[in-house]
Amino acid sequence: MPKLLSIVLASAVLWLGSNAFAGEVTLLNASYDPTRELYRQINAAFAAEWKTQRGDSVNVRMSHGGSGKQARSVVEGLPADVVTLALAYDIDAIADRGLIAKDWQQRLPDRASPYTSTIVFLVRKGNPKGIKDWADLVRPGIQVVTPNPKSSGGARWNFLAAWGYALKQPGGTDVTAKAYVQTLYKHVSVLDTGARGATNTFVQRGIGDVLIAWENEALLARQELGKDKFEIVVPSITILAEPPVAVVDANVDKHGTRAVAQAYLQFLYSPQGQEIAAKNYYRPRTPEVAARYASQFPATRTFTIDELFGGWRQAQAKFFSDGAIFDQLEAGG
Amino acid sequence: MTSRLRRRPLGWPRRLARLVLIVLALVFLLLFLVLPLTTVFIEAFRQGVGAFVEAIRQPEALSAMRLTLLVATIAVPLNVVFGVAAAWAMTRFQFRGKAFLGALIDLPFSVSPVISGLIYVLMFGAQGWFGPWLERHDIKIIFAVPGLVLATVFITLPFVARELIPLMESQGSEEEEAARVLGASGWQMFFRVTLPNIRWALLYGVLLCNARAMGEFGAVSVVSGHIRGLTTTMPLEVEMRYNEYDYVGAFAVASLLALLALLTLGIKTLMEWRYGDELATHAPGGH
Repeated sequence: MPKLLSIVLASAVLWLGSNAFAGEVTLLNASYDPTRELYRQINAAFAAEWKTQRGDSVNVRMSHGGSGKQARSVVEGLPADVVTLALAYDIDAIADRGLIAKDWQQRLPDRASPYTSTIVFLVRKGNPKGIKDWADLVRPGIQVVTPNPKSSGGARWNFLAAWGYALKQPGGTDVTAKAYVQTLYKHVSVLDTGARGATNTFVQRGIGDVLIAWENEALLARQELGKDKFEIVVPSITILAEPPVAVVDANVDKHGTRAVAQAYLQFLYSPQGQEIAAKNYYRPRTPEVAARYASQFPATRTFTIDELFGGWRQAQAKFFSDGAIFDQLEAGG
Repeated sequence: MTSRLRRRPLGWPRRLARLVLIVLALVFLLLFLVLPLTTVFIEAFRQGVGAFVEAIRQPEALSAMRLTLLVATIAVPLNVVFGVAAAWAMTRFQFRGKAFLGALIDLPFSVSPVISGLIYVLMFGAQGWFGPWLERHDIKIIFAVPGLVLATVFITLPFVARELIPLMESQGSEEEEAARVLGASGWQMFFRVTLPNIRWALLYGVLLCNARAMGEFGAVSVVSGHIRGLTTTMPLEVEMRYNEYDYVGAFAVASLLALLALLTLGIKTLMEWRYGDELATHAPGGH
């Protein structure tokens, strides 16, 4: 009996201690929540290409979480070789700590965001509440689901899209925009902490009339959970969401993985990478790929964060810092 | 004395009270325990046994199981040693600050698990107190296995000690003193007198500690970094799969966790049944 026990224990220790992925280059990609499906395919395709080109195996590990939380984790020492986050501000936060070069946004094309998305509405089948545009969200009795901009990067895009819509209306000013957004957030029934949580609230728990969501998230939810249950409404004007990517300089230099990390991010801009992005409901940058997926991504008027808000740092300070506009709205001011 | 009480016929108000209490307890158990547990298994097998097996055979699921077992294998023995030592100190010695030690042992129960996780990030994170030193010596704690173990040890700290302290207090130290008088060494006394006396409470503490070690989410989530296949334990894997709309996968992994808990419960019941007599004579204050 003791002999048997020791054999069992010994083999258990061996099994627990064994490493399933030995002898290959490993990259860690710290990303935000809704990119799980995208990067699963990107990683497989990139590994295949790297193998044929260089003959080396590369294994890309993923870490997913809220965009801001991921940025903080990298600052706290998460050994990510690349970050692929929801907004430039979060990468700026890592750059401020000296882990990424300040000019990261100029190191890759298109302000370092290889794919884009936009903010749309997900409504229930048949659009029973007749929601067509931003103005419909603040009609009496409409319940809106969107995550909390304080904790969710995705939700900040939602907030700015709404603000931008109000600003672009005839006679729109910061005052009218603030009034519109304040009314909008009074219609919010559940303020989840993250984008995926908000989607689950709307889709799985059946709460709310409309979910303000990233287009990729809305398309994916509809694909995964039933085309016959939800419809996507593209508003008249919305924001161009540009999720950025960057190599974490301090970490790749420590790991000796700069070349493969750079190739990994370049791969996102390649025809194959763009195709995978489009398949996963992100709008590709390459016109040829975009043309093939035109029916999936209806044309709409968009504005960028730089045009309307002077970039993320300014938008963050004006709207989302402690005591800024979002806090004032919450406090009822 | 108990047998005389049992034979006395009960009046109807007491019988009614007994019935109401039993029904209440059963309904409560059914609603809050059996039903959710059944749901986990129904959801896990919703698309058949094939899908279930496929879901738990994925490398990420296997690595999560391995990590969960590894963390528990380290955390539980540490807690046994600490728990016995703490209970011994608390019940056999008088010293200044004893009440303070008791409060310290209970601290993990009263602190939110998320806070416990954050404490370790603040201490060992790259921006934390020991961060730069750890960085220079290339020691990884946060976002690696040591961090997971630390957080789990912290969370499960009270379980063994809290089971042992009341029992050892009620048992007193007469038997141990007798052993010493008869010439037993300290270790002999511990292994032949103390340990047999406390073994049921100890076992119960170990089982509770193990269940919590495997199931802990909050603290582990903060220190994990969520690196798939490397630092995700089973509870984290469940959340991750749920977020990926992989409901079968989420519930499949959840059902494995539930099975581990049921197994733990089974072992406990079996041992109580097998050694029930000893239990009754040796541990009157135990469970």
